Order: sequence, then C-alpha cells, then structure tokens
Amino acid sequence: MTIAVTKLRVEEKLYQNRYLVDPGRPHIKVRPHERPSANLLALTHICPAKCYELNDKGQVETTSDGCMECGTCRVLCEASGEIVWNYPRGGFGVLFKFG
Amino acid sequence: MIEEEFDAIVVGAGMSGNAAAYTMASQGLTVLQLERGEYPGSKNVQGAIMYADMLEQIIPDFRDDAPLERHLVEQRFWVMDDTSHTGMQYRSDDFNEAKPNRYTIIRAQFDKWFSRKVRQTGATVLCETTVTELVRSASGKVIGVRTDRAGGPIYADVVVLAEGVNGLLGTRAGLRKMPKPESVALAVKEMHFLPDEVIEQRFGLQGDEGCVIEAAGTISRSMAGLAFLYTNKESISLGIGCLVSDFAQTMESPYVLLDAFKNHPSIRPLIAGSEVKEYSAHLIPEGGYKAIPQLFGDGWVAVGDAAQLNNAIHREGSNLAMTSGRIAGEAIIEIKGRNQPMIRRNLALYKTMLDKSFVVKDLMKYKDMPALIHTNSRNFFMTYPQLMSQAAQNFMRVDGTPKIEKEKATTAAFIKARSRWGLISDVVRLALAWR
Ligand SMILES: Cc1cc2nc3c(=O)[nH]c(=O)nc-3n(C[C@H](O)[C@H](O)[C@H](O)COP(=O)(O)OP(=O)(O)OC[C@H]3O[C@@H](n4cnc5c(N)ncnc54)[C@H](O)[C@@H]3O)c2cc1C
Ligand code: SF4
Repeated sequence: MTIAVTKLRVEEKLYQNRYLVDPGRPHIKVRPHERPSANLLALTHICPAKCYELNDKGQVETTSDGCMECGTCRVLCEASGEIVWNYPRGGFGVLFKFG
Repeated sequence: MIEEEFDAIVVGAGMSGNAAAYTMASQGLTVLQLERGEYPGSKNVQGAIMYADMLEQIIPDFRDDAPLERHLVEQRFWVMDDTSHTGMQYRSDDFNEAKPNRYTIIRAQFDKWFSRKVRQTGATVLCETTVTELVRSASGKVIGVRTDRAGGPIYADVVVLAEGVNGLLGTRAGLRKMPKPESVALAVKEMHFLPDEVIEQRFGLQGDEGCVIEAAGTISRSMAGLAFLYTNKESISLGIGCLVSDFAQTMESPYVLLDAFKNHPSIRPLIAGSEVKEYSAHLIPEGGYKAIPQLFGDGWVAVGDAAQLNNAIHREGSNLAMTSGRIAGEAIIEIKGRNQPMIRRNLALYKTMLDKSFVVKDLMKYKDMPALIHTNSRNFFMTYPQLMSQAAQNFMRVDGTPKIEKEKATTAAFIKARSRWGLISDVVRLALAWR
C-alpha cells in the first residue's frame, strides 16, 4: 500500500474526532538526530494517528495535532531520550465523544 | 487557587479514580479529584463491557440512572483466518434477569454519570487540570500535587494515583517504572452507528439485549492481539489491539489492521451501512501479575491501570480498576479512623486487602500467560487459527473423500505445521499457564 493512501485513510478517521489544539505548544517533540533508531522509525508506521513522518533527509519528524494521547510512542522512545512526551495542558488535546 | 488541605487528592476521574473518590467522600473525607480532560471520560477509551457486581458494591442502585447500553445475553468467541471464522457461542435467557451481570457502556457518557455521583457525595472535582508533579516533604513523603493551573501546590494527607496506564506522575516521581512495550497493548477502536432495530435484527436481539464478539487469529497478522465487536443501543463498538512490542517489530499499522478486520467477510455484513463517528486509540496493560508495580508508599497509593491491574485473558480492566479504587478508599478510611498517619507502613493495608480480592487472585492465576503468549504469538495467532479453519472446512465439505482420510489429512496438517513435540509442548504449557 502506498504511503499516500494510508495517510488519507488515517486523516479520514481523525476527521471524525474532536480536538482542542493548544497552538504553539506541541506536547510531543522529537530530539534532532542524524539517523532514527529502529523504534523511532517504527513510529512512522505504528502511531495510530500517523503523527510521525520521515522527511526527505531520512529523519523522523512529528506533528502532534491528531494525537490521541495513547502513549505508544512514549513507551517505545521516551527512555532513550529520542522523544519528549507530555500531556497537553488541562482541557486541550483529544476530546473523545464516546471513547 | 485552592487554599485548604484535603484528606485525599485523587488524580484521574476514570473508573478507579471515581471509585476511590466516591468511597472516601461518601464516608465524610474531604476529597479533591483532578482530571486533565475537559470532562470526565474525554480521554478514556474502553470496549466496553462493564461488570455490574463491582459497580454494585460502590453504588448499589446504579441501574436507576447510569447510562447503560445493552445487557449481555450472548458472547461469541471467534478464531479467524482470512476468509472464515470458527466459533464458540454462548447465549442464555438466564442473563435476562432482574439485575443483569454485564452491560455494554460508552465511556465518555458513563464517566460523566459516575463523576456526577462523586460530586453528590461532596467531593470537589476539577476538570481541565493536569497534575504535573507530586510534592514531597523533606523526608520524601508525598504531601500534595502541583498542577498546570495558576497557584501553588495543593496539599493532602494522601494522594491516590488513578492516572491510568501511562501513569506519568508515578513513573516520573520514580514510584514505578514505565510499562515495557511487551506488557502493554495498543488498541484502536471505532464507533459505528446504526438504528437500534437494525442491530437487533442482525444479532437476533430483543429490547435491551446485547451480544459481544471476541476474535483472534490471522487478523492480528501473527502479533499477539485480539479484536472485538460489541453491540450498544444504537451503535457498534469495534476494534483491535496488539502488543506494542509486536507492533514495533512488525511495523504493521493499527488502522490498516482495523480496516482489514472491518472488511473481513464475517464482520462486514454486521456493520454494513453504518456511520462512523469516532476513531480512538488507547493502551491496555497486559503484563499481568508479574508487571504489577509497587502499589503504595509514604503518602500515596496506585490503583487501576496505573497499577497495571488488568486481566487481559478475560478482557477485564474496568472492574479491577473500580475494585482497587474502592479498596484503596476503604483502607484510607480505616487508617484515618485510627488517627494514624498515611505512611508506607499503614498504607500497606491497601495491598493486604487487595491481595485477598479477586483482583490479585485472578492475575496470579494467569501469571505465566503473558510471557507464553508473547513468545509464541506466531503459533497462537497465525498457525493454529489457520489449522483450525482448515480442519473445520475439511470436516464440513462433502466431496467424496472417505472420512478416515479426511481425519488423517487434518492430523497430518497439524503435525506438519507444528511437529508432534511442538503440539504437545504447546498444549502442556498452555495448560500449566491456565491452571
Ligand atoms: C480498547 C479497550 C477496550 C477495553 N475493553 C474493556 C472491557 O470491555 N471491559 C473492561 O472491564 N475493561 C476494558 N478495558 C480496560 C479499561 O478501559 C481500563 O482498565 C479502565 O479504564 C482503567 O480505569 P482507570 O481509572 O485505572 O484508568 P482510566 O480510565 O484510563 O482513567 C485515568 C484518568 O486519569 C486522567 N489523568 C491521567 N493523568 C492525569 C494527570 N496527570 N492529571 C490529571 N488527570 C490525569 C485521565 O485523563 C483519565 O481520565 C479496555 C481498554 C481499552 C483500551
Ligand atoms: S501518543 Fe499515540 S497517537 Fe500520539 S503521537 Fe504517540 S503514538 Fe501517536
């Protein structure tokens, strides 16, 4: 499956959700790196909101607007220091209507 | 912002936090509950089956006004390969009782209701407030919390950490380690809306009767995982979850798995024509007994998912959360009644009480299951489901092959795939872990 198709598929899903984005305060950051580790690279496939993507230099970047705060990336990449993960400020982030 | 000091601060307004706050505040303790979501439930995801007994012990008349979807009369277990499922099914009219045993719920609605009940007991509930840090005394005792709201720390005799599976506060304060990738599952879920009469027709239900399906097999692409489909009043919840370590290794995308499950020929007709209104993702603690961290210390206790109290084999979590929250509350009430300080030695009462409950006993029973399933995921989630389906099809297809030869072919297929030894050892190890 091409990346474009899966991206579209996730965006369609996330479109159903409600979010209150905290502008200018991303709650997840990726540490600058030359080559991503296997786990960091895996996030580009396994993050359920597809928040991680490879740039054309082969580095992993993140945009956390669609993040559902599941914690998968934290479990895989926080300990190594590759990402910094926090909850959004109170009230911000994903707002599940059903859950 | 808040000047007074509380008997207890509860972090989180999910199942465990609400149970703890309700238990303590209804016995007259001053309780402050802090929740980071806009409203209780806005961050929480569950299947969701709710087990009545554990809620009844906290709010006996919950059936009067709790937002319950359907009471379960039927459960199906499916082993799936790509085109089929082999199933076991249990349905009983005995489940149509005055006080049904299991209900489907929708967490965002249920948590709001539970939180209303907590407020009615006199507890103070503050939403849109993320607790950022635990405050400690010079001796290291937890004496309060800091939040992301303006104002200084808020103090309490004891802090109940009901912060869910990610448990940032507890891990960052060094009270426990972060869950390992092999002891948490990532689950994705969708809400599919359909008219209630369509749901009733498709599942053979009447009125508020409900049906649930639990499924395993090639749908998880050899990862250790399970899928589910639960009927609500006017919607169907469905999803799939696999261990995070397996996702990291296979690099499968959860949404691709979810779409494949929805498109499986056994599932597609059940949700045909539905309108999808939400897509969600959440972790589930699946490490079992061996992953339970330290549960108490000076000035704090941990309950529910934060303490990894989740029975993945039976897909029970909310009931362990409610029970551990209630028991923690009862232990705190007892210590307070004796006028004793909320220190480690005294709060050990919580663990003593929890050890005697079904929560720890059930997790202990399956203590070897997580490791077994993790190391054998390919056999349990790929090879056996395929073999099972072949065997069933072989048994049913009438094509002139003598029955004796059919049976031999089935046996040979099993031995070829797993070897005689492999089969025997899988059965023995499974039996031992189940014991
Ligand atoms: C897809 C899925 C299906 C499931 N199906 C079932 C099922 O059918 N039956 C069942 O019994 N269980 C099921 N479970 C498990 C069940 O949902 C959990 O065990 C249960 O929700 C745990 O309750 P809890 O109170 O411990 O945690 P949660 O319900 O996660 O609550 C934690 C709360 O703490 C808040 N919080 C966290 N950190 C902070 C902070 N720093 N400051 C302020 N607030 C904070 C969160 O916003 C949240 O409201 C399922 C789980 C998933 C993901
Ligand atoms: S928390 Fe979950 S949804 Fe958010 S970026 Fe990490 S993996 Fe993706």
